[in-house]
Amino acid sequence: MDLVANILIGVIIAATPLVFAAIGELVVEKSGVLNLGVEGMMIIGAIAAFATTIETGSILGGIVAAIICGALMALLFAFLTQTLLANQVATGLALTLFGLGLAALIGQGYSGKSAPPFPKLHIPGLSDLPVVGPLLFGHDFLVYLSFALGIGVAWFLNRTRAGLIVRAIGENHDAAHAIGYPVVLIRYATIMFGGACAAVGGAYLSIVQTPLWVENMTAGRGWIALALVVFATWLPGRLYLGAYLFGGITIVQLHSQALGLKVEPQLLAMLPYLATIVVLVIISADRTRARLNAPASLGQTFFASH
Amino acid sequence: MKSLGLKFAIAGAAAAFALGMGIAQAADKTKVGFVYVGPIGDHGWSYQHHQGLLALKKEFGDKIETTHVEKVSEGPDAERVIRQLAQQGHKIIFTTSFGYMNPTIKVAKRFPNVYFEHATGFKRAKNVATYNGRFYQGRYVAGIIAGKMTKTNTIGYIASFPIPEVVMGINATYLGAKSVNPNIKMKIIWVSTWFDPGKETDAAKALADQGADVLFQHTDSPAPMKLAEQRGIWAVGQASDMKAFGPNAQLTALIDDWNPYYIRRVREAMNGTWKSTDVWGGLKEGMLKMAAWNKKIPADVVKLAEAARDGIISGKLHPFTGPLKKQDGTLFLKAGEKISDKALSAMNFYVEGVEGSLPK
Repeated sequence: MDLVANILIGVIIAATPLVFAAIGELVVEKSGVLNLGVEGMMIIGAIAAFATTIETGSILGGIVAAIICGALMALLFAFLTQTLLANQVATGLALTLFGLGLAALIGQGYSGKSAPPFPKLHIPGLSDLPVVGPLLFGHDFLVYLSFALGIGVAWFLNRTRAGLIVRAIGENHDAAHAIGYPVVLIRYATIMFGGACAAVGGAYLSIVQTPLWVENMTAGRGWIALALVVFATWLPGRLYLGAYLFGGITIVQLHSQALGLKVEPQLLAMLPYLATIVVLVIISADRTRARLNAPASLGQTFFASH
Repeated sequence: MKSLGLKFAIAGAAAAFALGMGIAQAADKTKVGFVYVGPIGDHGWSYQHHQGLLALKKEFGDKIETTHVEKVSEGPDAERVIRQLAQQGHKIIFTTSFGYMNPTIKVAKRFPNVYFEHATGFKRAKNVATYNGRFYQGRYVAGIIAGKMTKTNTIGYIASFPIPEVVMGINATYLGAKSVNPNIKMKIIWVSTWFDPGKETDAAKALADQGADVLFQHTDSPAPMKLAEQRGIWAVGQASDMKAFGPNAQLTALIDDWNPYYIRRVREAMNGTWKSTDVWGGLKEGMLKMAAWNKKIPADVVKLAEAARDGIISGKLHPFTGPLKKQDGTLFLKAGEKISDKALSAMNFYVEGVEGSLPK
């Protein structure tokens, strides 16, 4: 039973960085902006959190630093795409490259250092229950935050007036502008929110999951987060399903190898991606439903001519 | 359209900055190029090659000019990068990952006056030399230590891709451990990547969860070492001394030392005596070194390990000495027979006793 609990805990840890990065990008895309710089913002979050935690000894300080730096990276993207009207795809790609390089530069002095252990929730009694205890009541606070964030985002987008405005801007920025909504300003806000979330995802990788700093350590997770948003057809609930499916298959295949089950590792390495594609095909089979959630103005440049 | 141009310039500058490519200027200096598969900061494989580049700079000063390109994925990207280096007038180019083999050979055909050096491969040409370390020697020695130090009789092994280089490492580790501990078992996880700290950590966790208390890795990041430190188990460092990541956990580490080889080959390229060779150096040649033993290893175990190390250096001991059977029970080395380099560098099977099936 311990092994089952260990596997499930592994799944949660593998999925959490993806959840943070993807939920932020979902909000950005809902407002009609495609930011391909997730990987770059994640890695900046990873080094910002790691360096700050080392320097100050405060994990919370590390997370706050990640949030600030991620938001600043996103602000750069927002300035280029929303004010200077640069192409979003090109700017996003540049942001990823820039982030990877900048993080490597900042991180030079930090490889080999150790961050303090991340505190985990412990409720006497509850956390000591077999299997269920560590699974439900034994995580770091970021895991719980990742769930709270998803619920918050779903509620915000679907149940609040502000969320409705964000969605309206994503559907048709010209119309939203015509009835007086500050399209550019709101997009600045969503882009920065997305950057902060991606950075927390990266921070999770560097101060909880591994916990160390090595160059390039996000290793493509930003791109997986981008794919998850499409996979989820822009629905927060489905995004969790996707992230946990992806993390789940990754961890289960590692364990099954150690158990000596006879399966080809190449096939196993491919499985999470394969599963993503299969689910994507199933979801997109009904084209109108899939498109219903896709923001119509996604990736288009908005220019207020009047 | 002025502002659009500016935007492209900003994006372009950011991209160029991030790629981190040195740009060559002077013409009379010998230009030396390096291609790395990981980031220099991986603290493993690519890091050690970069130490070689730094040693070159120290040795030759302003007589040479170095360029390195990091994080080059194996495949079409590599060919483009290698060709670009050749076009820019590099006299000698080191391509430092197994997957650069075919791209290196392909580009070398079109640049007969450029010397290419490919690490860990087996294809050569008039202007393509190969070099590699006998890492299996170090793994055998580390295997002996692991076999003695394990309490659960289980070694965890994080493997990258099923190429001979990795397979012989697994076998050598097993044979080393088996030679001192008949009950040894090995759990192997293939992660299908050279570098992904997150995934390497997950694999290390899975192995530890399933009872392994000594971790080996044939991937390039220090993440498994870090995990071993956290869990209070042992680990053996790969490619570079990883003590900083596991001050208590690291039993020893295999350290690749490319510096003397790089200095010699660049000198030969400069004075025109360069020839295509195949160098496979190990503990004896100093291309492979063992990091300082962990202080917690008992003296008798250190003695065993040092005897094996010295035996390998003197040539008396070869990790692959018969009688040895393949996993399926067929004999591949008769009693007393030592494996040939050719057979070793094409090894595509587990030795008897290793569990699980080798991926094709």
